[in-house]
Amino acid sequence: MRKLACMAAALAVFALGQAEAQTPRKGGTIRFTAPYAASLNSLDIHTTPRAQDDIVGKALNRSLYSWDSAAGKVVLELAKSVSVSGDGLIYTYKLRDDAYFHNGRKMTADDIIWSYTRILDSSKGFPGVRYIRIIKGATDVEKGQAKEISGLRKIDDFTLEMTLADRVEPGYYLFNGTTAILPKEEESRLSSHPVGLGPFKFVEHIPGSRVVAERWEKFYKPGKPYADRFVLLMMPEAAARDLAFRSKEIDTSVLGPAQYLVYRGDPELSKGILEVAEMFTRSMQFNPAYKPFSDKRVRQAINYAVDTDLIIKRLVKDKAYRATSWLPSASPAFDKSMKPYPFDPEKAKKLLAEAGYPNGFEFEISTSANESWGLPIVEAMIPMLAKVGIKMKPKMVEVTVLTEVAMKGEHQAFIGSSLTGPDSLATLLCFYSKTPRTGCNYTSFNDPAFDKLIDEAKQSADPEKQNELLRQANNLLYEAAPVWFFNYNKAVMAYQPWIHGLQANPTELTHQYVEDVWVDERSPAK
Amino acid sequence: MLAVLLRRLLNVIPTVGAVILLIFVLFSVIPGSFTSTGAEDGRMLDPQVMERMRKEMGLDDPILERFGRYVGHTLVGDLGKSFRTREPVTKLIADRLWPSFKLAMAAMGFAVLIGVPLGFIAALRPGGVVDSVSMIVAVSGLSLAQFWLGLMMMYLFGLLLGWLPSFGYGDGGPRYLILPGLALGVGPMALLARTTRAAVLDVLNADFVRTARSKGMAEARVVTWHVMRNALVLVITTIGLQFGSLMGTAVVVEKLFSWPGLGSLLVDSVFQRDIPAVQGCILVIVLFFLAINTLVDLAYAAIDPRIRYA
Repeated sequence: MRKLACMAAALAVFALGQAEAQTPRKGGTIRFTAPYAASLNSLDIHTTPRAQDDIVGKALNRSLYSWDSAAGKVVLELAKSVSVSGDGLIYTYKLRDDAYFHNGRKMTADDIIWSYTRILDSSKGFPGVRYIRIIKGATDVEKGQAKEISGLRKIDDFTLEMTLADRVEPGYYLFNGTTAILPKEEESRLSSHPVGLGPFKFVEHIPGSRVVAERWEKFYKPGKPYADRFVLLMMPEAAARDLAFRSKEIDTSVLGPAQYLVYRGDPELSKGILEVAEMFTRSMQFNPAYKPFSDKRVRQAINYAVDTDLIIKRLVKDKAYRATSWLPSASPAFDKSMKPYPFDPEKAKKLLAEAGYPNGFEFEISTSANESWGLPIVEAMIPMLAKVGIKMKPKMVEVTVLTEVAMKGEHQAFIGSSLTGPDSLATLLCFYSKTPRTGCNYTSFNDPAFDKLIDEAKQSADPEKQNELLRQANNLLYEAAPVWFFNYNKAVMAYQPWIHGLQANPTELTHQYVEDVWVDERSPAK
Repeated sequence: MLAVLLRRLLNVIPTVGAVILLIFVLFSVIPGSFTSTGAEDGRMLDPQVMERMRKEMGLDDPILERFGRYVGHTLVGDLGKSFRTREPVTKLIADRLWPSFKLAMAAMGFAVLIGVPLGFIAALRPGGVVDSVSMIVAVSGLSLAQFWLGLMMMYLFGLLLGWLPSFGYGDGGPRYLILPGLALGVGPMALLARTTRAAVLDVLNADFVRTARSKGMAEARVVTWHVMRNALVLVITTIGLQFGSLMGTAVVVEKLFSWPGLGSLLVDSVFQRDIPAVQGCILVIVLFFLAINTLVDLAYAAIDPRIRYA
C-alpha cells in the first residue's frame, strides 16, 4: 500500500511538473531572426510587401483578420463578431473596444476607414491596394474619382459596415500585414517609429542589425504577450545563423536544405524542428507562345520525363512535398487523393512522338541561382530530359528579374516559386483566361472548362460547394499541365528548447503571432 | 598646404562626375527594376501598383531627364529618396556611416598594430625564423577568405569558448567589434606586413643607411631615425588605400556578423534595384576614398620634407 501511495505521489508530482512546464511564463526575451535579407525595407507596413518586413510587423501591428494556424483559417482579430447579409456582400463588424494603439489612443472604426483609404492613395504604390479593392467603391478612390470608400460606413465608433464589390471571403484579403490598421496622427513617422496595435511596442531599430520592441501593456488579449521583449535580428547568412543558434544567441533559425539534413540527423537539434507545408508551389512554367509548349502532350511529357521524387530527395534533401497540382496541401480545396505524375520516360517519349516531336526539341529556361527552385534543380533535370530527346538550356537571371521575365512573356519557360494561398480562388485565378499575363497568368492558360468551374466557384455561396468546384479546377489544371509540378515548400524552423507557442503557419512560417510565444527560464536572454 | 588641399579637391570633381555617370548608366541598362523585385518570394505585386510605383519613382521618365534631375539634386546635397524605405538616402547612409567607420577603424587598427611591426621585424632579420613565420602568416592572411575566417572565429570564440558574441551590433562596443574587426583586418594586416617588409628591406640597403652605420650611429637610432621614417611613405600609402577601400568592401563581413554597415546597405540596394540608395552609397564610398587619399598625400609632405607639391 505504501508503495502504491509513493507511486501515486510521484505521479502527481510528475503531472504537476508537466502542468507547470506547460504554463506560459511571463517575462523574458524572444529573439527571432530575419533570414531573407540584411535589412528591412520599411517599418511602415503599408509600404512593403516583403515577407521579412512582416516578421516584425506581426509584433507591432494588427489587421482586421489574422491567420489561425491551429484551425487553418482566417479569424477575426480586431472585431469581436461579424454578421453577413444574405447576399454575402455586406459585413457588419462589431469592433474591439479594447484595442489601443501604442500611443495610448483607442482604435475606432475611423482608423480602419483611414488605413484602408490611405492604402488606396493613387499617388503612392501601396502593395495592399489589391486587397482593399474587394471593398465596394475602393477602385473609385484608387482612380481619384472619389475621396471616400463608398463601401465603408461607420455606424458608431465600434461598428463598421463593409460592402464588398464581389462575393469573396474578406478575411483572406484583410489578414495581410499590408492592410494593418494604423493611426492617422502618426503617419509622418510610421517608417522610423512605427505605432500599431500589436502586442509589442517599438523601441529601437538599428538598420541592418536589429529591431527591438517591448511588451505593450494595453494589448487587448488578457495576459498576453508573455514575453517582456521581442528582438528581430537580421541574419541573412545561413552559416552564421547556424553558429548563433548553436551558441544559444538566437531562439529560432530558418533552415535551408543542407542544414535541415544536419539538424534532422542530430539527436539534440532534431528535437526542436518545426515543419510546415507552406503555401508556395515551385514549378517550371511553360510559355505556350513557344510552339512545342502549346501542345498539352509535350507539357505532360516533361512531367513524366523528370524523376521529381529523386530531385526532392537528393537535391532538396526532402525539404519539400511533391506537388500534385497547383494548390498546396494546406488549401481547403486540395485533393488528397491526387497522385503525382509517375517517372515514366517511355510514356514521355510516346507523348512527344504523338505531338510530332519524336526526336525531341530544344528550349531555353530562365532560372535564378536559388538552391531549392533554381539552377541546381535545372541542372539535375537536363540529363533526365535529354534521355527523352529534349535539350534544355538554362539562362541565368537574378531572382529579382524572374517576375519581369514572366510578365514580358519573351521567355520559353522559367522555374520559380509562387505564393499559392491561402485563398484558393484567388490562387487559381492565375489560370483564368481573363487574367492577363501581367496579372499572374504567366502560362497564358486558356481553357473554357476551367473558366466555367472558376465562374461557378465565384458565384457559390456555400464554402463546401466552392471548394469542390475549385478542387475540380485544380485537378483539371494538373491534367492540362501548364507547368512542371515540382513541389510545395516545406518550411523548416529550428527552435531552442525554451521557446514555446510557435505556430506552424503555412502562409509563411516566419510570420508568428508572437503574443502566443513564450520563453521558459532556461533562456539565456534576460 | 592649403594649395595642395585645394588642388586635391578640384581633382575630386571629375572623378565624382565619372562615378555618377557610370553608376547611372549601369543601373539604367541592367535588367530588373525595384517594382519587380518586390515579388521575389512569390508574393506578386499588383500590375497597377507596379505602374504607380514606377510613376512615383520616375522610372519611366526619359533617361536624360532622370540624369539631369539626379545631378541637380546631388549638387545641392540631396541624394534622393530610397525606393525601398521611402526615406531620404542621406538618412539611410548616415545611419550606417558610423558603424562602417568603426568597423574599418577596428580592422585597420588591428592591421597596423600587427602588420607593421611584423613586417619591420621580419625585414631586420631577413631569412630568419621570424621572417619566415611572419611571411607565412602574411601570405595565409592574404589568401584566407573573409567568410571562412569569420565563420571559424565565430565557431571558436562564440560557440566553443563563449568569450565573445558571435554576431550582431549589440551596443556597438568592443565586444561586438572584435570578431568582425579581426575578420576584416586580417587581409590588410597581411598586406601591410609584406609591404612594410619590402619597404624596410629597400631602405636598409640604401646608401644613407650604410653611411649612418659606418659613421658609428647606434643600430637602434639607424632603424628609428633613418629606416622607419623612409619606409613609412610606402606603408602609409598602403594604409590609406586599404582604409579607403574597407568602407565599401566590408560587405561579406558585415553580412556574416549582421553588422549594420554601408557595404551591406549597398548590396541590399543593388539586389532590390534601389537606385538612389546605390548611387548615394557609392558616392559616399568614393568621397571617403578620395578624402583618405588626400590625407595620405598631405602626410607624405609631413614625413618626407623632400616631397613638395609645387
